[in-house]
Amino acid sequence: MTLNPYLIHPATIVERKQESTDIVTFRLQLTDPALQESFRFEAGQFNMLYVFGVGEVAISIVSDPDEPGFLDHTIRIVGRVTQILGHMQIGESVGVRGPFGQGWPMKEAKGKDVLIVTGGLGCAPVVGAIEYIFQRRGEYGAMTILHGVKTPHDLLYRERYDAWRHQPNTKVLLTSDEPGKTWHSHVGVVTELFDDLELEPDNTLVMMCGPEIMMRVACNVLTHQGLRPDSMYVSLERHMECGIGLCGHCQLGPFFLCKDGPVMRLDRVMPFMGKVGV
Amino acid sequence: MSSGSVQTLPLQLFLREDFPQLLQTLKQLGYQTLGPVLSQGAIQWKAITTPEDFPIDWKDQQEPGSYRLEPDPSPRYFNIVHGPESLKPLTFAPRETLLVLDHQNNTFSAKDIQPDTTPTAILGVRACDLAGLGIQDQIFLHGTYPDPYYQQRRENLFLIAVNCTRAHATCFCASMETGPKAQQGFDLSLTEADEDFLIEAGSVKGLKVLDQLTSSIASEERIKEDEERIGACAASQTRSLPKANLPAALYEAHDHPRWDHVAARCLSCTNCTMVCPTCFCHGVEETPSLDFQQSEHTRVWDSCFTPDHGYIHGKNFRPTTKDRYRMWLTHKLAAWIDQFGTSGCVGCGRCIAWCPVGIDLTEEVQALSQPPL
Amino acid sequence: MSESNKSPIRKRPRVAVVKFASCDGCQLSILNLEDDLLALGAAIDIAYFPEASSDMQAGPYDIAFVEGSITCPEDLPRVLELRQQTTTLITIGACATSGGIQALRNWSDIEAFKRAVYPNPEYIQSLSTSTPISEHVTVDYELWGCPIDKQQLLGVLTDLLQGVKPHIPRHSVCLDCKRQGHVCVLVAKGLPCLGPVTRTGCGAICPSMGRDCYGCFGPAEHDSARPPGVPPNTASLAQQFHQHLQLIPVEMVRRFRGINGSVQPFQEESHAWESK
Repeated sequence: MTLNPYLIHPATIVERKQESTDIVTFRLQLTDPALQESFRFEAGQFNMLYVFGVGEVAISIVSDPDEPGFLDHTIRIVGRVTQILGHMQIGESVGVRGPFGQGWPMKEAKGKDVLIVTGGLGCAPVVGAIEYIFQRRGEYGAMTILHGVKTPHDLLYRERYDAWRHQPNTKVLLTSDEPGKTWHSHVGVVTELFDDLELEPDNTLVMMCGPEIMMRVACNVLTHQGLRPDSMYVSLERHMECGIGLCGHCQLGPFFLCKDGPVMRLDRVMPFMGKVGV
Repeated sequence: MSSGSVQTLPLQLFLREDFPQLLQTLKQLGYQTLGPVLSQGAIQWKAITTPEDFPIDWKDQQEPGSYRLEPDPSPRYFNIVHGPESLKPLTFAPRETLLVLDHQNNTFSAKDIQPDTTPTAILGVRACDLAGLGIQDQIFLHGTYPDPYYQQRRENLFLIAVNCTRAHATCFCASMETGPKAQQGFDLSLTEADEDFLIEAGSVKGLKVLDQLTSSIASEERIKEDEERIGACAASQTRSLPKANLPAALYEAHDHPRWDHVAARCLSCTNCTMVCPTCFCHGVEETPSLDFQQSEHTRVWDSCFTPDHGYIHGKNFRPTTKDRYRMWLTHKLAAWIDQFGTSGCVGCGRCIAWCPVGIDLTEEVQALSQPPL
Repeated sequence: MSESNKSPIRKRPRVAVVKFASCDGCQLSILNLEDDLLALGAAIDIAYFPEASSDMQAGPYDIAFVEGSITCPEDLPRVLELRQQTTTLITIGACATSGGIQALRNWSDIEAFKRAVYPNPEYIQSLSTSTPISEHVTVDYELWGCPIDKQQLLGVLTDLLQGVKPHIPRHSVCLDCKRQGHVCVLVAKGLPCLGPVTRTGCGAICPSMGRDCYGCFGPAEHDSARPPGVPPNTASLAQQFHQHLQLIPVEMVRRFRGINGSVQPFQEESHAWESK
């Protein structure tokens, strides 16, 4: 079989960063030198990561696409595969298949202001896009990063937000649904942060990641503020077994989120988002 | 692979007494031949070596939730319309080891497992099954990532269609425009009568086989007669699926109370998806050896009716039977059109016959197309 | 293993195989793993397994496989003690998981049975009900079946050895029946097959022999160790049996009141037909 999209390629963990008790970022290097050389990806694409004897899981690539020799993945320990993956150490081997899916619209965003809205624990898929922009700061307009958590305790990457805050022409706003003793930022839902923004609707591109219901509400509010649905992008999540649009699990309406997504333009996906039982 | 546009011979008449020639020719050309064989109270694709292997003297009766074989005095080989198996299990295997992974020195290597690629002739393929195969081809072969396992099996098939002259209460291929006559995708096609067959080649491979057979040019009358029999078969079909407004009508019916009605009957048992010629959902199982030196990576048929299909860490997107049935029907008849430019239904009626409680999708679509009471 | 973040078990886990009221068939399924027994012995430390060895070591145990139901007063302290000694407790078989065939007593008068069988029934210490282990202590995983499927048991063990939460499928028998290429015995033969409402795991043994499933793996999507899925639609299937296969109410009661008759979905269905 010459081209087998199911073939799993071994890779070595070369760096490991414990982000929190149950979140780890790995830097992987493919074992096969030829593959190392040829592997290319775009910001927001994902790999199927494999643990020997356990199985595969879809995880987005968060490193810079211009340095494709290394593949960074942030993993939250939530399921069968991540339970083992999350405890693996430098020097151990995992499997890689990829890259798959449609990433963030980095080209479309060029020259525009970018508004990033994230919620909950899983903002990893958008971290790659944020870092991508900061690596090429001059090519993009004003950056606004909004992040909402349920409780102050849920805030991850605190030092990352602090670092981003110091980037030129960048605003970082955090909010928590519930107050806390050490919480000095806004208290309330993430859409309340929109009130204080001075957005230029025609020159702003939105990238969003988080619970579907939060994104649905946020998109509605932004639409009312004049943003066009075709300039808003959301990263969606579903069960994936194959990553190549064949296994059928990741469907959302007419879309296979593994190949049409995980990043979807809002106007395409809005009718199906947040619908019960879809 | 078959293509439908190489007809250079006029339709031929092939006598029943010469039928063994077809089996011999296929054998000489190196094919193993599968055909409809009586099995477990139905027919299944099994090896055919002599004409006696065919289920002569039997016919099938299909109703919602019921399949029965009955004695029948007809001498025909293909009197049973179809069984629970479409062509699907022959190309998209129900269980297939994709990779074997070996653990070695803190890393591992993966080896792909080649599928069985014995050239296989299938005798007795129905028009609906060819249509189903065409749809699966589109999914597994014509996307961004062709599936090599499917591809290898598919390339080794030689398909001999049989046009239907008898329809069941559950058949609605005419309304889906997939049958009862096989239009394309076959290597040879037959229309069976008591004494003889009309035979036609649909591919170069088919022509090569046809050349080996004793046949004569069929008369205009005979051709017309067969067309009429096939036409009568189409006309006898009582069920139909309205095509008009289908993607939109089902998307819009998301909150229709009929979903609760069907969910009260549906067992979430997966049978409709298993017998469907086009359903393609699958999962992957990982089976390590006890010493963890080797692991098998195996693909298995899955279904949108299982509790795990819509599950992702802690959340089930389709927790109820209502959600699952709606997912299945909406995907099959609506989303499919957006995804692949065609309906996912070919009108074979298997999901109606093989549903243990006889749920009829044509009836459900009918009800869902009406405004809620 | 009830916490999700536990790191893999690196050492050979100490395993106990413990019996309550049962026929020992599930324990035999373990011994029937002939091809794998050597590898199994290397992977786990069998500390307590009276059916296999007279070397019975005391706890604590990393894993306990528990066969049998609770039917006698002395079972109660024993199961509590076992739970305290065990990290991961797994019930094996219908008796331990649902109360088993002996739970049919739950519908009858146990005193009448005692009088009928024993000349001196006053010496018999027996509870009036047969109950599953999960009714008395927390169960981490459930292996259903009468008997259990040995491959399913191996799958759970390999998962635990790797430190992975075992995934025990709970869809209907039909999916695996069709994956194996069997023709549906309900549709093609009119047999009252319980496969559509029964949990997978057996390998569709009965349909593979042309027989109807009688539900020995319990209700599909039902699991007392996990949040429930969709309760199996026994009412719809029973209606089909009644209307199209002409089963009368008393036959329906027997159909659902079998090996797993005391599990809620099956129990409710048999009750519904009892009053018809």
